[in-house]
Amino acid sequence: MIQAQRINTALRRLPIWPLYVLCVFYIAQLFGRGVMGQLGVDPVKAMEHALGESALWMLILTLAVTPLRRMTGITLLRFRRAFGLITFFLALAHFIVWLVLDVQILSQIWADILKRPYVTVGFASFLLLLPLAITSNTMSLRKMGAGAWQRLHKVIYPAAVLAAVHYVMLVKGFQVEPLIYLGAILGLLAFRLPIHRWRVSFSR
Amino acid sequence: MARRWTNDLTRNDVTPEAVFLNRRRLIAAMAAGTGAAALGSIAGPALAAQGDMTPNTLEEITSYNNFYEFGTGKDDPREYAHLMTTSPWSVEIGGLVERPGTYAFDDIMAKMTVEERIYRFRCVEAWSMVIPWNGFELADLLNMAGVQDGAKYVAFQTLLRRDEMPGTRYPVLDWPYVEGLRLDEAMHPLTIMATGIYDKPIAKQNGAPMRLVVPWKYGFKSIKSIVRITLTADEPPTSWNKANAREYGFYSNVNPEVSHPRWSQANERRIGGGLFARRQPTEMFNGYGAEVASLYTGMDLAKNF
Repeated sequence: MIQAQRINTALRRLPIWPLYVLCVFYIAQLFGRGVMGQLGVDPVKAMEHALGESALWMLILTLAVTPLRRMTGITLLRFRRAFGLITFFLALAHFIVWLVLDVQILSQIWADILKRPYVTVGFASFLLLLPLAITSNTMSLRKMGAGAWQRLHKVIYPAAVLAAVHYVMLVKGFQVEPLIYLGAILGLLAFRLPIHRWRVSFSR
Repeated sequence: MARRWTNDLTRNDVTPEAVFLNRRRLIAAMAAGTGAAALGSIAGPALAAQGDMTPNTLEEITSYNNFYEFGTGKDDPREYAHLMTTSPWSVEIGGLVERPGTYAFDDIMAKMTVEERIYRFRCVEAWSMVIPWNGFELADLLNMAGVQDGAKYVAFQTLLRRDEMPGTRYPVLDWPYVEGLRLDEAMHPLTIMATGIYDKPIAKQNGAPMRLVVPWKYGFKSIKSIVRITLTADEPPTSWNKANAREYGFYSNVNPEVSHPRWSQANERRIGGGLFARRQPTEMFNGYGAEVASLYTGMDLAKNF
């Protein structure tokens, strides 16, 4: 615990804004490499995949803040808003690349969203993240009140599951990697289940 | 051979790059210009019919592959296919044939006529390439073994050697990979066994030493690194159909009108166009309708997808 406190003290001194700079830099260098032909022979898919996968990583990091604090005492709570927003920015970039560079054709975009289950699920996940990103600022928190704000931001749980399911659905055949992401997200959500409260209600 | 297909397209015939770039500019100008509608209606179809048959580079063809025996990533085959031993190689030809047996690859090559075939290659994932194959007609190989009267289908099997194929550790598909064609499809002059690309022996990640190429079907029908060919009376099982019958049919002809649950098949991304390449419309039978449409007369291709 003393160790954890020392880490927390050190973390408190770190500024948050570099995270946003890193996010912008990451997206920009990916795009730059795509333009320069350094992303292999299918740069559109490479960008799409890199952005989608990094969004999943940030989503997992966002969801890991609470379990990490409860298990080790280390708190990244100061950074959680940035983690969540970066998740959203990466998902947005992923969506835009798909829209503009991959599918391109407006009529087909809607057909894809409505008719292709893996796109429907991915799009739903993105839509769920949207209000969270919009209300991520302190003013919204004050306006809504802590209770309502917290209730709204629990929407990240279904959004996370949908994002992982989106990945599971889009691969062909039986593939392990997307299942690992889904497992990690389900594990982080299971950690939040109020199991002791269940026991109480069952014994009544 | 009565219906032997004459290969009138060689790499020299393909639009030189400068002309091709000019044409791009012309099309772009037509699309952008407002007063060019009349010109577009005249010039448009002629340009479209010719199509862009400039082959992809060898680098593109050998670095972007689906060969799940070596992993599911597009670059996995290039990284791991070198583990596969392709020499010596033999193909077991059996079932309803006159001369069943194990045919050594070198003996087959000694009897076959290898020619260049520049074909469009359309993946079910909605990307495409143009590939200058070297190969021989499958019909010649089947005739060498002698097709019996009762044969209606041809079944193919890919090598399965687990210690040389790291991707087979995972049950991505029910290994070994198997594919099949109706006999008339297999005997069609467009159907070839490819043994080379760009006049070089075919790379291992592309299915060395010999793989099927059926240019009017989605790429997964063109099975790689073949070790067994069996003539059968009944429709043989095929790997992707076994994995997901709703998404992958036995025929799997390229068909822009039959949508796949995951990908619209109406258009495709041509590999090599870079980050801002426009999608191209997908053609019925991948543009080989004049040659193969008659194979399917009277068939409902939406049902027999």
